[in-house]
Amino acid sequence: MATNIRIVIAKPGLDGHDRGAKVVARTLRDAGYEVIYTGLRRTAKQIVETVRDEDARFLGLSSLSGAHNHLFPRVCELLIDEGLSDVIVFGGGIIPEDDRPALHKSGIKAIFGPGTPTNEILEFIKISSSMDDVGVGADSDWNWQSSA
Amino acid sequence: MNPDQVRDAVDGNRRALARTLTNIENGTTTIQSVRKILDKNETNHTLESWRSLAITGAPGVGKSCLIDKLLKIWAQDGIKIALLAIDPSSPRTGGALLGDRVRITAIDDEKIKNNIYIRSIATRKSSGSVPLIVADMVEFLLMAKWDRVIIETVGSGQSEVRCAAIADRIVVVEGPARGDGVQAEKAGLLELADAVVVNKSDLSGAEKHAEELLESFQLGIGDAPPVMLTSALNETGIIEAASTLLKLTDSGRSVRARWRERLLAHNERKILESPQLDDIIISLAEGLISVSEAIKILGGD
Repeated sequence: MATNIRIVIAKPGLDGHDRGAKVVARTLRDAGYEVIYTGLRRTAKQIVETVRDEDARFLGLSSLSGAHNHLFPRVCELLIDEGLSDVIVFGGGIIPEDDRPALHKSGIKAIFGPGTPTNEILEFIKISSSMDDVGVGADSDWNWQSSA
Repeated sequence: MNPDQVRDAVDGNRRALARTLTNIENGTTTIQSVRKILDKNETNHTLESWRSLAITGAPGVGKSCLIDKLLKIWAQDGIKIALLAIDPSSPRTGGALLGDRVRITAIDDEKIKNNIYIRSIATRKSSGSVPLIVADMVEFLLMAKWDRVIIETVGSGQSEVRCAAIADRIVVVEGPARGDGVQAEKAGLLELADAVVVNKSDLSGAEKHAEELLESFQLGIGDAPPVMLTSALNETGIIEAASTLLKLTDSGRSVRARWRERLLAHNERKILESPQLDDIIISLAEGLISVSEAIKILGGD
C-alpha cells in the first residue's frame, strides 16, 4: 500500500476542463494515495501555497488551454522560491511534443498526454518516490519517458 | 525529529508547520516530544472560551460552504484560524480524495490569507468521523500560536459523537426538510450539540426544521443550545452565526458524555497505534486467536 504519500492535483489558469484531472485523482486514490484536489482556476501562487500547507510530496498539474508554457514553469519557479525544491512535479493535458523539453528543464519530471494508460502514472509515482534528487529544484536530468 | 522545525513552525514558518503536522499525523513524532521541545505542559480542556470547534453533520448539508464564510469573517476580525478538514479514506485501498479545498475560497483573499491555515486530513485507519490523532494536531496548532482550530468532520449521521472527544465545542449543521418532527426527538449527536445551524435557509422547510429542533431542545434539561438559520449560498445569517459561534459557551449538557468519549477514544487509540495490530488482525482472521486474547495482547502494558 502507498502509505501516506500526499499528492496535490491542481488546475492552473483559466481552463475549465477537469475530466482529466479528476480521472488522475481517482486513479491515485484507488492506488492508495491521499489526493488533495484544488478545484478549477487556481493561480500559480495559490497552488504553491496549497502544496506547502498540505505538505504534499507530489504535485500534478493539468492544463488543456495551451497556457502550459507559461503556467507550468511559473509554478516550478515559485515552488523553489518557497523552499519546496523536493516536491516532485508532473503534468498532463494537451502538451505538444515540441513544448516538452523546455518544461522538463523547468522541473516537470513527467508529462502525460491523452491516451496515457493510468498504470503508467502510478508507475511514475512509484519509481520517482523511491529516487533521490528528482524534486523540482534538483539538478538531475532524469525524466519519465511517457508513452503518450 | 528536528527541534528547529518545531520552533520555526511556532515562529510562523508555514512549511515547518505543515511538516510538523505530517510528523505528528504519521506518528514519526509524538505530541509529547513536541511539548518537550517547546517546554509546554499538556493543556486541559477548558470550559470557558473554546479553542477547538468541531463542525459536523450529514453529508451535503453545506458544512464546507458554511465554514468558508465563517473563516472569512473570523479572519477579517484578525483571528488566526486553522481548519482541519477531514474526509474518509477508502477502507479497501487506504487512498483518499480530499476535496474540501474546492469549496474553501476564503484563503484566496490576499488580505486575510495569513490568518488562515487549511489542512486536509484523511481518516486513515481510524473508525468514526474524526481520527484521534487530530487531537494532537489541534494541540500543536494552538501551541504554534493559532488562536482557534475548526475541525470539519466527515459527513456523519445520527450517532457519531466521537468528535466530542477532540473538540471543546460541537456545532451540528442541519439542512432543511430533514424528516418530520420525530427526527428532532431522536437521541444521539444532537444531544451533544453546543449549537445547531440549519443551513440552506434559502430552501423551503429550513425554518420549520429549526423550529422543531428548538422545541425539542426546550423539552430537555438545562438551557437549549442556540439554533441558527443560515444560507451559505446567499450569505444570510452568516455574520450573526459567526458572532454567536465565537462566543459559544459550553452548554454543560454533555460534560459526562464528552469525558466518556475521551476515555473510549484514548482506549481505541491504544489499539489502533499498536505496532502488532496488523498481525493480530491476520491471526484473528485465520482463527488462531480469540478476540479476548487479541485485546489482552493489545492492551497489555
